[in-house]
Amino acid sequence: MADTMQFDLVSPERSLASLQATAVQIPGADGDLTAMPNHAPLITTLRPGILTVESSQGTEKYVVTGGFAEIGEGLSVLAERALPVAEVTQAVFDEVAAEAAAARDNATPETADALAKQVSDIAAVAAELGLQAKA
Amino acid sequence: MPSLKDLKNRIESVKSTRKITKAMQMVAAAKLRRAQEAAEESRPYAKRFNAVMAGLAASVGGSDSAPKLLRGTGSDQVQLLVVMTSERGLCGGFNTNIVKLARTKAAELKAQGKTVKILSVGKKGRDQLKRDFEDDFVGHVDLSEVKRLGYSNAQDIARDILNRFDAGEFDVATIFYAEFVNVVTQIPTAQQIIPAAFEASEGSEGGAIYDYEPSEEAILADLLPRGVATQIFSALLENGASEQGARMSAMDNATRNAGEMIDKLTIQFNRSRQAVITNELIEIISGAEAL
Repeated sequence: MADTMQFDLVSPERSLASLQATAVQIPGADGDLTAMPNHAPLITTLRPGILTVESSQGTEKYVVTGGFAEIGEGLSVLAERALPVAEVTQAVFDEVAAEAAAARDNATPETADALAKQVSDIAAVAAELGLQAKA
Repeated sequence: MPSLKDLKNRIESVKSTRKITKAMQMVAAAKLRRAQEAAEESRPYAKRFNAVMAGLAASVGGSDSAPKLLRGTGSDQVQLLVVMTSERGLCGGFNTNIVKLARTKAAELKAQGKTVKILSVGKKGRDQLKRDFEDDFVGHVDLSEVKRLGYSNAQDIARDILNRFDAGEFDVATIFYAEFVNVVTQIPTAQQIIPAAFEASEGSEGGAIYDYEPSEEAILADLLPRGVATQIFSALLENGASEQGARMSAMDNATRNAGEMIDKLTIQFNRSRQAVITNELIEIISGAEAL
């Protein structure tokens, strides 16, 4: 029984992490879930949130905004945008929040709900990190 | 026969040209390294993305409920050509090659009676295509202000294209860019992005049966637009690397040509100088003999 699994976190611009992890908490679209070794194969989309990676070197946190996670032999998270929590400053956050808010305001009726949820998800991330969320 | 002074001036001017091309070559080499790194960094994402999408597309693709982005509109009457070129010139045949491919394709489609629409990315391609296809242009994306290509640039382009697709402006979209092989070889490539075509990944992924959360269809609908952005992003990065590679070899050639020209001019200069001296000597000697 393997007690670690290969974990990869990649964004379109770079690969952020590739290591042996013991457990990873994923902010799935339908709710948070924790992937551990030998998890059943699963593909889920992500909502904006915090990804927590536990490994023998300790715990690391990343902020992700959308994308998807694939749990198979190992776990790959393909995030649209991903940053280590330490790099998420107020300025970076404001930019992301403004983008989401702009998208919500231009939304068509069918997508309005989903985009409004994005905005509130992002606000929730802000609260967790102790940053200022603008409405 | 140019005078000595003219020759000297020409040599000086070719020398300063050589300095400029040499500098441009070195700048391109540095930029190429960065562009190549960026292209490499993006590869794992694109690769995995395509693997997952191929699996999804295979399981949902056949059904009628599949999203339009995958299934197509059922027609291929209106074709959108997205032509990606550079913002700057002096990079050899780079832009010309891409434009040539796009032009051939456009002519071919028109001959089949299809409607062609062109969206250009990068100034050089627009300038070259404007001549023949002025009326077919539907838009232009300006990247001249962008210092470093980011995923957000690709997202903006993708959003523009998707909005047009949703509005029913076209049925099939193809992107044109140059694939980077090495410094001397860049292959102009046409790739269809809508409806999406994914190469089936062989073997390895096939075994596992995934659970999908939410449903397969919902994930597919969420991911397809991202797939368009991902493909555009990798095309942009490939193009960036190709551009710098093409510029580097073009400037290398220019530097070498300038060097040859300087050698030739220097020989000519020395010969003329020698002729002048000989002439003067003859005049002095014959003057002395006449006395």
